[in-house]
Parts: sequence; structure tokens; C-alpha cells
Amino acid sequence: MTTFSSTKEYIASDDLSMAVNAAMALEKPLLIKGEPGTGKTMLAEQVAEAAGMELVQWHIKSTTKAHQGLYEYDAVSRLRDSQLGDNKVADVGNYIKKGKLWEAFSAEKRVVLLIDEIDKADIEFPNDLLQELDRMEFFVYETGETIKAINRPVIIITSNNEKELPDAFLRRCFFHFISFPDRQTMKSIVDVHYPAIQKTLVDQALEVFFELRELPGLKKRPSTSELIDWLKLLMSDDIPDDILTQRDQSTAIPPLYGALLKNEQDVQMLERLAFMHRRETSR
Amino acid sequence: MLLSYFETLRRYGVPVTLGEFLDLLEALKTSTVFADREKFYFLSRTILVKDEKHFDKFDRAIDAFFNGLESMDGMLEALIPDDWIRDAFQKELTQEELDKLQSFESLEELIEQFKERLAEQEKRHQGGNKWIGTGGTSPFGNNGFHPEGIRVGGEGKHQKGVKVWEKREFKNLDGDTALGTRNIQVALRRLRKFARSGAEDQLDLDDTISSTAKNAGLLDIKMVPERHNAVKVLIFFDIGGSMDYHITACQQLFSAVRTEFKHLEFFYFHNCIYESVWKDNIRRRQESTPLVEVLNKYSQDYKVIVVGDAAMSPYEIMSDGGSVEHWNEESGEVWMRRLLAGYQRFAWINPIAESEWHYAQSTRMMSDIFDGNMFPMTVNGLEACMAHLAR
Repeated sequence: MTTFSSTKEYIASDDLSMAVNAAMALEKPLLIKGEPGTGKTMLAEQVAEAAGMELVQWHIKSTTKAHQGLYEYDAVSRLRDSQLGDNKVADVGNYIKKGKLWEAFSAEKRVVLLIDEIDKADIEFPNDLLQELDRMEFFVYETGETIKAINRPVIIITSNNEKELPDAFLRRCFFHFISFPDRQTMKSIVDVHYPAIQKTLVDQALEVFFELRELPGLKKRPSTSELIDWLKLLMSDDIPDDILTQRDQSTAIPPLYGALLKNEQDVQMLERLAFMHRRETSR
Repeated sequence: MLLSYFETLRRYGVPVTLGEFLDLLEALKTSTVFADREKFYFLSRTILVKDEKHFDKFDRAIDAFFNGLESMDGMLEALIPDDWIRDAFQKELTQEELDKLQSFESLEELIEQFKERLAEQEKRHQGGNKWIGTGGTSPFGNNGFHPEGIRVGGEGKHQKGVKVWEKREFKNLDGDTALGTRNIQVALRRLRKFARSGAEDQLDLDDTISSTAKNAGLLDIKMVPERHNAVKVLIFFDIGGSMDYHITACQQLFSAVRTEFKHLEFFYFHNCIYESVWKDNIRRRQESTPLVEVLNKYSQDYKVIVVGDAAMSPYEIMSDGGSVEHWNEESGEVWMRRLLAGYQRFAWINPIAESEWHYAQSTRMMSDIFDGNMFPMTVNGLEACMAHLAR
């Protein structure tokens, strides 16, 4: 049995590796929560890669229904075909579309199933999947067959905490909360992504980044993925080394801030703060 | 095996069930966690705790388990026999205070004394300077004047003890009391505005039949957008002080409200909303949120609900510097109006019976500020409130 730990491209903390390994060993779904941009979705990809398994992704939208993950019965095309006298009509199976769970259950080898952003769906959604995730089987009414997992997939579920998940659902999952990485971890994450980057640039960029995160009242605080993007821009733009350090007050806004702040109100706020700061110091 | 661990967790209020506990045992059997405290901590947290809001409780419990600190709770239970007094007693002490007291070994003494007097005392007592009761100068009891005393049960009259425990009084509300709130939930459902927006994914049977008929029998499918809940809510809770009588009712409403909306943000305030509100009542002194930030962050399609009794001195609304807690540069009314100007829909829910509103001048003033949208906290009142908000 392979165990999961940090990979070439992904830094996993000890507790996260522990959670993943426990979930894999006990064949329980693992629920991952955390701020957007802390690498929840990435985790599933990395687990799949590390264990050499195929990754089945199911992205949840606000309109997604639980049964769409199992199968969908296309009654409308069948009705149409019957009007046109198509021979396909006799077999119901022709009109059943397999969902992601079916795909994962019927795979020859054990796969990783990612149920991404489960909190986007209706509040009843997790409840509708209780049996399926617990027993790893479901019943197809139209054909009367029971689909049972050949190999219980490694199920990773992510949530952005937009909705509370029902207790009954939580009881069946293992849970891990990815907290925002500290400076040290952040450094190793950057190292993993840009091994060749200058050390001074990283130090200064991290300083600006954590300062920005401390700013109260931002609608969306920049997270790991924004930092990575920003560094990439800084590098590709060949910004002079000292631009981050010599931040005199007239340029209190970090260069290329568009990669860090995604909201115009946030940018406005930052500009206002810079302005106020300038006024104070010039007094 | 590990049963006392399980019991400790339950006692500290971490919601663990037998099934999860069995999972943990199973995991211990199969995986390599052995004689490693940290790994055990991570593993059991992953398996037993399902929400980050319980992490703190879990940390405290596991700390207690490893250090044997939890004996404190047991001691209280053993020493103070009377249920209601024990409840009150425990409620008044925070965990840190318990820890601190234990290190001084003074609590034990205090409890011993307390117990002795409780035993000596045979009937209800009021006044005087020794017995446990109300209005005296003994270190035990209620409404008393002993500055270092322990207040037992009831509301404090003179806020002057070394520990008035007032910070603890502002208890964080949590959503644990979902049971018994069905009726409120029914009313709140009104607020789910079943806006017909979203994807086309529901078969409109009537329309399909009629248009198929018009189409000379050839199937013509008509779809309608499915309804979904898009209501966003900001709630402000009045906490502490005159509000304590209603805290239970408030908690029920709060837990009911939680699962109903697309977005739900809550804040606390005291008596009247001024320049800042706070999210975590225990740390309110350190972490408050400026109201301007709230206005900036939450767009105007949020619906604002204020829950409070609106019973205060009129100066707290009218005058600059009228707040009982701090010096406010601008009056409560200015801030209230500023808040309401930022949102299209707002309402005040008042837990006090409607018939008593006219006794307090402040209640009438607040109702005026809210354009008369003040509703009693009854099922009918809530229904009216939700109807108003959803309009």
C-alpha cells in the first residue's frame, strides 16, 4: 500500500499526509476544507499521481443533482426515438448515461474520485449520496441492476465552507482542514514551483504578500495560488530587484497587484490606504 | 481501550459518536501510529472531528486527556452537589480561569468553604454577610458587594467584583440547538425566495403537452428554470446585558437560520450598533470589525436582520458618547441609519412580547429608525418579518 507524502510539485503538511493515508487505508471519503487557493483540488491530482491511480473528477455546480453522479436516464430521447421507430428503443440501457460515481465504481483498477466543491450544490445533495458513499453501491431502477464498486475508490471531497454540511454526511467522512501555510511552508511551496527563483525576490515578495494578507477588510485575501501567479509575473516581467524593497510611499501599492487582488473594491481600498498613509507621513 | 479518551472528548463537547470511535480503533489497528503522540493527535482529529469549529474544543480535550487536567471538572461535580448552583458556578469560570485557579489551589479552598456554608445553610437567604444568597457581602451569592467573591446564579447587580466574569457572560452563540426549532424553521422558510433563475432543467409538463399538441403530435419539450435559494442574510445579535434573558430564544432562532440561506453572516453588538461589531464574542476586545467594513464587504442585496430587545437608555441611541461601553464619536442613530442606508431590506426582531414594547422609549425610537419594521419573535411575527424581507 503506497503512502502519501509531499511530492515534487506539492507540499503536504504532516497532518495532511496523515489524513490522506488514514482515509486510503480505511476506505473512507476524505473531506477537505480550507480557504480558496490553498490547494484542495490539487491534492486529489497529486494523490492520484503519487499512487499511480486514475483521477475521476466530478465538479459540482449549484444545479448539480446527486443522481447525475450515478446515472441519468434520458427519457426524452427515448420518447423521440419511439416516435421515429428506432430499434434502439427496445433496450433501456441505450438511454442510460453513466455518471462519475458509476465510472469510478466500475473501473478495473482503484481510482481517485474527486468531488469538487460539494458546498456549491443544494443542501440536500450530500444527504442524497449517503448510501452510495457508505456502501459504495447503488441501484439502477430502469434496468434493475445493482452497481457495486469493484475497487472502493479513494474519494476526496472539497468544500469552500459556503454551506454547512449535514451531520449524517460528516459522520461518514474523514475531515481535514487545510490551514493557511505559514512563512516557512510558503517558502517551500514557492521552491517547489520555481526552483530557480532568486532568494531575495522570494523574501521580499513574501513580505509584501503577508503584509497584504494582514490588511483588514479585504473581500478576497490573496492565497497561495495568487502568490504563485504573482511571482511568475514578477519573474517574467524582469522587474528590477529593488522595486519591492524601495517601496516609498508614492508606490505603496505592490507592482502587478492585479495578480494578487481580484476585486476592484479591494484595489480601491488599497489605494485609499496608500493615500492616507502618504498624507500622514507628509504632515 | 481508549474509552476514557472517548469520554473526555464527549465531556468537552466534541460531538463524537461511537461509529467514529470505532473507525479510530480500526485505523489504529491498521496504520502505523504507535507511541507517537503527535501522529495520534492528527489521526484522531481527522477521524473524530468533522468541523474546524470544534478544533478548539478538541485541542482542549486532548490536552486535558494527556495532562490529566480534566480532573478539574470532576472535582467540581463531586464537590458541589446542587445542580443549579453547579451549573451557574461552572458557567462563571472560563477554562483559563479554571487552570489558573487550580495552580493557586485556591479554588479547592473556596469550594470547600462554599460547600460548608451550603451545608450549614438551611433556607433561602438574603442580605447579611455570611450566608450564600442574594444581596449580601459574603464572598458567595448574588448581587453582593464582596469584591473578590464568586457570583452564583442569577444576574449581577453591581459590576465590581475582581472577576465579574462578564467577558464570559457574552457567550458565543452556536447553532447546536436545532431540535425544537421546527416552528421557527417553518417561518424562516418564507425567506427562501424561490427565484426562478438558474439553468433550464425542469420539465414544464403543461407547456410541453400543449405545445406538442399544437405541433401535430411531434414531441416538443418545454423546460423551466428550477428554483433555487439565492437569499443572502446579515444578522446582528444583541448580546450581553439586558439581552441575557432572551439568549436561549435567540440561540434557537440562530440555529434554525443557519442552514436556510445561500450566505449567512452574523455579527454581535451590544445594545445598539456603533462604529464596530464583532464576530467572536470571546475575543471581541481584540477582534472587532468596523461597521464601514461590513458595509463595504456585503453588497446591498443582503437582507439585514437585527435581533435584540432594543431596551436601553434613549441616550444610547440619541447622543454622541451615549454608549455604555465606550466613547462613541457619533450617536447610535447615525450608525444605525448608516447601516440601513446600505441595504434594501432590513428588519428588527424583538424577543420581548409586543405588548411591552411601548414601555421603553428606546424600543419606539428604534422601531422608528427601522421604518416600523420591528417584529416580535413569535412564529407569526417571524412569518411577517420574512414576508417583509422577501418582498
